[in-house]
Amino acid sequence: MTKHTLSVLVENTPGILARIAALFSRRGFNIDSLAVGVTEHPDISRITIVVNVETLPLEQVTKQLNKLVNVLKIVELEDHAAIQRELVLVKVRADNETRSQIVEIVQLFRAKTVDVSPEAVTIEATGGAEKLSAMLKMLEPFGIKELVQSGTIAIGRGARSITDRSLRSLDRSA
Amino acid sequence: MTEQATGAHHPQPRARSGGAQAATVEHVTGAQALIRSLEEVGADTVFGIPGGAILPAYDPMMDSAKVRHVLVRHEQGAGHAATGYAQATGKVGVCMATSGPGATNLVTPIADAHMDSVPLVAITGQVASASIGTDAFQEADICGITMPITKHNWLVTDPAEIPRTIAEAFHVASTGRPGPVLVDIAKDALQARTTFVWPPQADLPGYRPVTKPHAKQIREAARLISEARRPVLYVGGGVLKAGATAELKVLAELTGAPVTTTLMALGAFPDSHPQHVGMPGMHGSVTAVTALQKSDLIVALGARFDDRVTGKLDSFAPHAKIVHADIDPAEIGKNRAADVPIVGDAREVIADLVVAVQAEHEEGHLGAAAEERYGAWWSDLNRWRETYPLGYDLPEDGSLSPQQVIQRVGELAPEGTIYAAGVGQHQMWASHFIDYEQPATWLNSGGAGTMGYAVPAAMGAKAGRPDRTVWAIDGDGCFQMTNQELVTCALNNIPIKVAIINNGALGMVRQWQTLFYNQRYSNTVLHNGKTNAGLSSNVGSSSAETHGTRVPDFVKLAEAMGCVGLRCESPGQLDAVIEKANAINDRPVVVDFIVHEDAMVWPMVAAGTSNDEVMAARGIRPDFGDNEDD
Repeated sequence: MTKHTLSVLVENTPGILARIAALFSRRGFNIDSLAVGVTEHPDISRITIVVNVETLPLEQVTKQLNKLVNVLKIVELEDHAAIQRELVLVKVRADNETRSQIVEIVQLFRAKTVDVSPEAVTIEATGGAEKLSAMLKMLEPFGIKELVQSGTIAIGRGARSITDRSLRSLDRSA
Repeated sequence: MTEQATGAHHPQPRARSGGAQAATVEHVTGAQALIRSLEEVGADTVFGIPGGAILPAYDPMMDSAKVRHVLVRHEQGAGHAATGYAQATGKVGVCMATSGPGATNLVTPIADAHMDSVPLVAITGQVASASIGTDAFQEADICGITMPITKHNWLVTDPAEIPRTIAEAFHVASTGRPGPVLVDIAKDALQARTTFVWPPQADLPGYRPVTKPHAKQIREAARLISEARRPVLYVGGGVLKAGATAELKVLAELTGAPVTTTLMALGAFPDSHPQHVGMPGMHGSVTAVTALQKSDLIVALGARFDDRVTGKLDSFAPHAKIVHADIDPAEIGKNRAADVPIVGDAREVIADLVVAVQAEHEEGHLGAAAEERYGAWWSDLNRWRETYPLGYDLPEDGSLSPQQVIQRVGELAPEGTIYAAGVGQHQMWASHFIDYEQPATWLNSGGAGTMGYAVPAAMGAKAGRPDRTVWAIDGDGCFQMTNQELVTCALNNIPIKVAIINNGALGMVRQWQTLFYNQRYSNTVLHNGKTNAGLSSNVGSSSAETHGTRVPDFVKLAEAMGCVGLRCESPGQLDAVIEKANAINDRPVVVDFIVHEDAMVWPMVAAGTSNDEVMAARGIRPDFGDNEDD
């Protein structure tokens, strides 16, 4: 099993997330992470899906997704040719003794301290999955009180945009 | 599904405006816009039942001169009727129901149409948009429920969206790989005033089915065909849907390769054609099953390597290269990897293949005539055909053989007769012992295996093709699921004929119990019960009861529903009864054929086993001289 990152451009219509989630569950594909947001075009949303499958089932995933009428385009973003980011907000137990150590770790990982109270520090960090898990491992001994993670979002390197052609087809039909 | 009194709704007369404009613009209600849209897309028949949420639509329906509404007795009947109509006519079938239970009763036929790629538009009423999500009376999230069993669905809450949505629905249902769609319309959208503009502008940027095959793949397929020594054309329902039967015949005769048509493709290639080797799969002919197993090239045309065809997948056709042509890219490589994938409409694919194979001929790549090229292959195929033909034994006790009944129904039927089968033994026998020479003459529930399909599907077929004789071949189990639609047939001048192959049991399940459950017949006997034989009727028969309680009495039941009821219990009466049924054309006819209960469907590949283990009959595994062949 290997991880694959799919960028799925969809029409920004009600129920599209349900259609995609239902398709994954019905066909027995596992989603590692999923993130949705609108693109530079208000009628198009972009869903970034990370799946953990072999190559052959991945082809099925892509083909089945393509059959959804509201799906405009699917691009697999290869690790080496794309930038992938997750966002983490984590609340770590802290007192006067440990706070400076925690802040040091935050700086090492180029994260940010976004909230401080006498008993805790809240940290915001972005990065790839490996970096974030390394940071969390360092913070764990202090006591993680609460953790929230976003799904992965990704974008290809270089000047090319995956939305260009989809936007054109949308304009034509509009 | 009753309407809660909300006050009568009075539609306004239609105002037509602007003769100078190209597009039609009318000021109407949402409901009128719906009916006008149905008229514009050419829907001439709608099967349905009104109820509260859809009620506004039924008012303008009453005035439509173009749309005929057939009032069914159960929404499931409406759905299967629309499917039968679509399969018999090639047009899009339409069914209509109200919200909640009306809509959920359509779920089975929608799932059925989805499995068999039948173009179907289901229109359902939804509670008023302000009530959606409040668990209102007769509210069901039918879009959510049908999401995995429709090609697409729409919830419409804005009356201005109705024409465009209906146009898109018919477009999506009928193009690409056909399939069912559902349009759920909120009651207030049906009641509100709007403008009707036709033609509407479609807005489907993500829907672009590929129909034109790739030329390079076609050439590669033609090359493989010319190199093959044991090819098989494996023809699926896509060939019928694409209307490609004429092209198929040309390709088959040009190549000289054997043809096998799946359960969904019967009639795509004439059964009587010498190159037709029968149906593949679990109950396929020994020749077709074995031809695929031993082939070196399978050319799959509009077929999907269903598990009922392949048997145990990893031992299916181990020596074969695969050319897989389908309009749905997701089918290619789904079950069996394709050496040459071709995405396209079957008609275009086959037409292009004909040209490409001809080019191979001209370049002399084929080297020899078909007889010489495939000579050894045909001598194997013909040996299997002669040794293991489809057949059956007549019961020793002189009772009716179900296979013989079905065979005679087929032989005595007028040319062009359309057959609709239920699901089970009778379905398999109908696939075996009736000859299908033309497309759109065999309707059945292949993928979903929906018992109860036959009567409503036959009704839909007859409504769409009133010029044809339509025989439903049904089992007594299936018949008891949906026979109420015979009332619809009787009241709407839809004179179908129904052959109940009555063995008093759920025959196919009973067969599995015979073979795999030590003959323990748990809950498969339909006519055993507390009612004793003396209480049951002897209508139409002087002979003593031989088969349990005979509850219900199908002859009386048929008569109660406004049909002619006939019964046949012995081989001597068989032809006379069938001819009598064929002669009645002013009313539906039901014939209760009391048949032997122990008859089994052969050949058979047991579920989960390899197609190499095909059994020609119980305990008889064909001898293919495997050691020589392999």
